[in-house]
Amino acid sequence: MGDAITIRGLTKAYDGRRAVDGLDLDIRSGEVFALLGPNGAGKTTTVEILEGFRTADDGDVRVLGVDPRGAGLSWRDRIGIVLQSSGGLDLVTPREALASTARVYSHAREVGEVLAAVGLQEKADTRIVGLSGGQRRRLDVALGIVGHPELLFLDEPTTGFDPQARRDFWELIRELSLEGTTILLTTHYLDEAEALADRVGVIAAGRLLALDTPAALGGRSADEATVAWDEDGIRHSIRTATPTAEVARIAARVGGELPGLTVTRPTLEETYLALISPHLADDGSGVPA
Amino acid sequence: MSTVALGLDRTLLELKMYSREKEAVFFSFLFPILLLTLFSVIFSGQFEDAAAATGMTAGGYFLPGMLSAGVLLTSFQTMSMSVATERDDGTLKRLRATPMPPVAYFLGKVGLVAVSSVLQVALLLLVARLAFGVAMPTTAQRWTVFAVVFALGVFGGTVLGIGYSSMASSRSIGPVVIGPLLLLQFISGVYIAFDDVPQWLQQFAALFPLKWIAQGMRSVFYPDSLAAAEMAGTWETGRTILVLGAWAVGGLVLCVLTFRWFKRGTT
Repeated sequence: MGDAITIRGLTKAYDGRRAVDGLDLDIRSGEVFALLGPNGAGKTTTVEILEGFRTADDGDVRVLGVDPRGAGLSWRDRIGIVLQSSGGLDLVTPREALASTARVYSHAREVGEVLAAVGLQEKADTRIVGLSGGQRRRLDVALGIVGHPELLFLDEPTTGFDPQARRDFWELIRELSLEGTTILLTTHYLDEAEALADRVGVIAAGRLLALDTPAALGGRSADEATVAWDEDGIRHSIRTATPTAEVARIAARVGGELPGLTVTRPTLEETYLALISPHLADDGSGVPA
Repeated sequence: MSTVALGLDRTLLELKMYSREKEAVFFSFLFPILLLTLFSVIFSGQFEDAAAATGMTAGGYFLPGMLSAGVLLTSFQTMSMSVATERDDGTLKRLRATPMPPVAYFLGKVGLVAVSSVLQVALLLLVARLAFGVAMPTTAQRWTVFAVVFALGVFGGTVLGIGYSSMASSRSIGPVVIGPLLLLQFISGVYIAFDDVPQWLQQFAALFPLKWIAQGMRSVFYPDSLAAAEMAGTWETGRTILVLGAWAVGGLVLCVLTFRWFKRGTT
């Protein structure tokens, strides 16, 4: 399959400050791609340019083969956008909001099917003002997918979800992905990126710092592992490129069970924080999350 | 679906939301009807002599003003406040993210205003006729003037309201709309007789459409003998329609040129 999104040399400045600074990125058709980065890294600007809500200063952008700037309604018919919040629907019910939205798409999903997919059947006929924060967020997602998009933009979709709701939501995203939907996800949650994404891109200061699968990002898979255990009431730890041999060696020396044995590699979060830390030092205002 | 069908669908959704918003129903839809009732009851004593001599009751006296206020409230006030709110709460951005033709959104707004203002006018006329015995116009010519003034007033109020919505954020739009509208209603002969307004204020009021809507409505419901009390001494029906037509066209141009889907500072 080809690329759903291609970005070449994308640049956008606000008041002379470059929010996006020569970004190059390809997102393949059918993949789940997570865009990570600290606040102010240029994530939102990039995504809003891809969505056609902002215009780039420079560079070439193609989304489903079309330049989003001035793209027509037939292009909008093929993409779905889950906004950070969708207000203004307090007085209608999820069913009414979805039915009205579905009518503008040419290949819309069944409203009842979408309500079931996001777990809102029981609230389908309750006015939206009476929904909890998590239920509203699921409605936002429902509004984004009701048009049966080829490409779905998800902007921090699970902010405010409880752990069970997040798991359910991840399941929904996996199902959409299995159906072939290309998904571009921005998130602050590293575990979410790790659970969902085929590939992860980290941006800071408007540039791409790293691009890989979650398991391999920043050389994680090649990194040395840390083996730790308790011996004589003291915590020991060593870093090694061959943890299996190391554990066997220590076990042979101690002669039995190793209390408190752990073998760890850097978490995605640690790798991520190490990647972006130089860029946070620049102005001191960035907030890693 | 065609754009017109989508516009109809938007109209139904808008009507649902409007009818479920109690404050909007009260302050724009029922308000003129309540005021007509109130004024008719309060001032009935003062109109006893006039009613005996000329048939002009308090209800008949205030009806044109309340019709005009109703046109203004259901079109201009409802539109400016709802569009400003929808711009700020992300409704417009959400709609812009879908393949909905933008025209369908405006058709929905026009549909909402058309239905709510026609219902309001029908209720006002019913209450005036049945509760206060106000005589209805008997000639086709007067009803034609009524329909034209009403339609131009409502359309102009709608497009001007949508344009005006860009003047403020949803937080400040309430006072920014209601304050000037209240002043305009007082100097345009809606709540107090227009010939009681000082001439220089009359001239100022004549720059805005409400004065002309009210004058047009008086020409429909008042006896011709009262035309002498108008600024020009006649009903000026032709000029009324010209001025309202100009405001409607100007408002449409303004609305199209200034309309923004996104909050300020977000593009």
